Amino acid sequence: MAATTMAGRRTQAPAATALARFTGTGPLVRLALRRDRVLAPVWIAVFAFSAAGSAAATIGIYPTEASRVQIADTLNSSASSAAFYGPILDPTSMGQVSLFKMYAFGAAMVGLLGLFLVARHTRGEEEDGRTELVGAGVVGRWAPLAAALTWTTIVLVVLGLVTAVSLVGAGLDVVGSLSFALAWLVTGLAFTAIGAVTAQVATTSRGAKGLAGGLLGLAYLIRAVADGSADGELVGLRWMSPVGWAQEVHAFADPRWSVGVLGLAFFLLVSAIAFALVDRRDLGAGLLPDRAGAASAPRSLSGGLGLAWRLHRGLLAGWVLGAALLSMVLGGLVANLGGFVDEGMQDMLAALGGQQGLEDTFVAVEWSFIGTFFGAYAIAALLRLRSEEATGRSENLLATPLTRPRWAASHLIASIGGVVTLLVVTGTLTGFSISRSLGDSAWWSKSASAAAVQLPAILVMVGLTILAIGLVPRFAVGLSWGLFVAFFLLGEIGALLELPQWVMDLSPFAHTPRLPGGDLNVPALVILTVLGLGLIGAGVAAYRRRDLEA
Amino acid sequence: MTPVIEITDLTKTFGSVTALDHLDLTVEAGEVHGFLGPNGAGKTTTLRILLGLLRADSGSATLLGGDPWRDVATLHRRLAYVPGDVALWPNLTGGEVIDLLGRLRGGLDPARRAALLERFDLDPSKKGRAYSKGNRQKVALVAALASDVELLLLDEPTSGLDPLMEAEFRAVVRELAAGGATVLLSSHILSEAEALSDRVSIIRHGRVVETGTLEQLRHLTRTAVTVDVLRAPDGLDALPGVYDVRVEPHGDGARLACEVDAPALESLLTVLQGAGVRALTSAPPTLEELFLRHYSDDLAGAGVQ
Repeated sequence: MAATTMAGRRTQAPAATALARFTGTGPLVRLALRRDRVLAPVWIAVFAFSAAGSAAATIGIYPTEASRVQIADTLNSSASSAAFYGPILDPTSMGQVSLFKMYAFGAAMVGLLGLFLVARHTRGEEEDGRTELVGAGVVGRWAPLAAALTWTTIVLVVLGLVTAVSLVGAGLDVVGSLSFALAWLVTGLAFTAIGAVTAQVATTSRGAKGLAGGLLGLAYLIRAVADGSADGELVGLRWMSPVGWAQEVHAFADPRWSVGVLGLAFFLLVSAIAFALVDRRDLGAGLLPDRAGAASAPRSLSGGLGLAWRLHRGLLAGWVLGAALLSMVLGGLVANLGGFVDEGMQDMLAALGGQQGLEDTFVAVEWSFIGTFFGAYAIAALLRLRSEEATGRSENLLATPLTRPRWAASHLIASIGGVVTLLVVTGTLTGFSISRSLGDSAWWSKSASAAAVQLPAILVMVGLTILAIGLVPRFAVGLSWGLFVAFFLLGEIGALLELPQWVMDLSPFAHTPRLPGGDLNVPALVILTVLGLGLIGAGVAAYRRRDLEA
Repeated sequence: MTPVIEITDLTKTFGSVTALDHLDLTVEAGEVHGFLGPNGAGKTTTLRILLGLLRADSGSATLLGGDPWRDVATLHRRLAYVPGDVALWPNLTGGEVIDLLGRLRGGLDPARRAALLERFDLDPSKKGRAYSKGNRQKVALVAALASDVELLLLDEPTSGLDPLMEAEFRAVVRELAAGGATVLLSSHILSEAEALSDRVSIIRHGRVVETGTLEQLRHLTRTAVTVDVLRAPDGLDALPGVYDVRVEPHGDGARLACEVDAPALESLLTVLQGAGVRALTSAPPTLEELFLRHYSDDLAGAGVQ
């Protein structure tokens, strides 16, 4: 059937139909604006604040050029800093030093926002059946995608401009601030277009975001390998990664505006692929036709836990794959650490514990990131309990003998069990890859303990999420992710903003021991665990006691 | 014998909205009970309270001798539910959902499952996202009807079904009722409730306003007749079973409207003979009209015009 309609369409006057396919884009952009009128300003503010806050704080801490050069040299000689955030290109530049954490990482986060927004307004709308409603009106076939791309571009451009203005307000120069905004925009638009393509390929909004998010992770990893390579021998690899493009803009150093053209070309080309894909599929379908499935359920699908496994296994498989890849790369990165450090630094490091101290610190920083991101998996998985309720699917289940505590427990097991799986995989594989590349079998046990200590803080995050689901279901999604972002920012820029220690201590991740190398603070781990379990208990009780909401 | 469902003085509010306003409802064992009301009257809220999905503000509800809020697991083993709006998992097939729900209820009869799939002409190997509304409804129906339970709670179960499937649904419900099952059938379609129910309760604004057997509620099933005639005949008001006669000029003749009990239709037609009938329409009153009349009856009874 699809073939005949496509053939039929080809015989029509091409110019007129091409324009007609965009009919209705304007009203759909306004609809998106209406839907995101709270969300978009909040995200723009978070990004602008993070950047301007970092800049203002750094200007206060390192007022002189000499002090900036000194800190920049220290950071550049740290392999972990270079791999995670990228090197500081110009140590004398106030913008380069103060925003060094915001180049690659900030750009990746802007990319995440872009792919999230575009998936929300394309596949998300389609999945909920609203595109069908809209499509029956005077709306061209390409209009929903065109509107989503337009709206996301508007948000990202405004985000860039607001950030640039905030940076100028914080005391940085205008040209540098604009080039920094361009750096973010290049990566943001690249992943907006990638999200537009995955939204055509996947049949669910969750799948589209997962696929594009996985590519974002891969892009980040590629540039980490480039920046983390000894003596910068692989630095050209950065051009393979849209996240690396943000660094290649050289904002606040000697801006290369032409990278913006590369970003725009990529955006237009990949968006064109997305539009072409729209023509090759039916509404509601993915690229591949739906195949028939099993006519009866396998033995494993017989209860709440079996269903939870079915619902979670795809997400978990993606994360396990990503974690495995990261773990294998880590071994190579650790082996190259020596290349970063000049002789003077090596003497200093030798006094502080030598090469081993360097490796320990690097891996400990890596683990604190891994732990935080596995917290994101735990939240995403557990929020499934809420989306099952919001879509009305829980109603039919809870009308069977399946009780609410059991149904909640199924998702808690999927969430916590998933994190444990990820920790075991990552702990084992990093142990393998690092001990092999360094020829030191002590890394097996170091990796195991570094993995194990991540769990208590994640339990607290799980507890906060289930409590939000139990007490304020309608705000659970926003609240859980909002807390997660807040905790993450506290860890990243809290010290820079000179926030009081008690504010920084609000984040459960602040209490995770920095292993290997750091002190194993057992009481803190016990307190986190008890707190997490207590919150989980309170959350389940609240979920049991309230009305089920649609 | 104690009733299967006994609700007394049940009240439920959502914020400032009163969904149930001192609702009373009794469903006896073995009966098919029609639960009729317009959209938003409180039918679904009542069912959700009976399922322990919502908690009542005040009043009492007893289900199969237990407390629907507290005894969820034990009570739900003995009942099956079909929601009005069936949401399926996009990546699970219909067959998988039927098996899952059946196993959660303690297992289902494979022969009955196969027979129901055949009768409802449902392909169980399709993914949830590929089903139309009617087919999603069938998945929930097969899952509920294939379990061996004492009580069926059905919330507008035929919405989205075509007439053939509706007929099949009625046949299955009759078989289950003949086997001794109790059915609470919520609907806004009078004819559906009429075809299946032993007793009917009518809910409006969160209150049950009428309850009884269909015989007792016979006055609710009058036919509305509108006739264009050349000359309005005399004596219509005096005919037994003819109510609310209104005559107004229409073109060069008259338009006559009235409501008629089914047995009185023939005598009405006799009177109309020779009146020069040019057009005649007859329609069963919609539920909304019944409620409106019920309401105006209340007002008239209270002496308000």
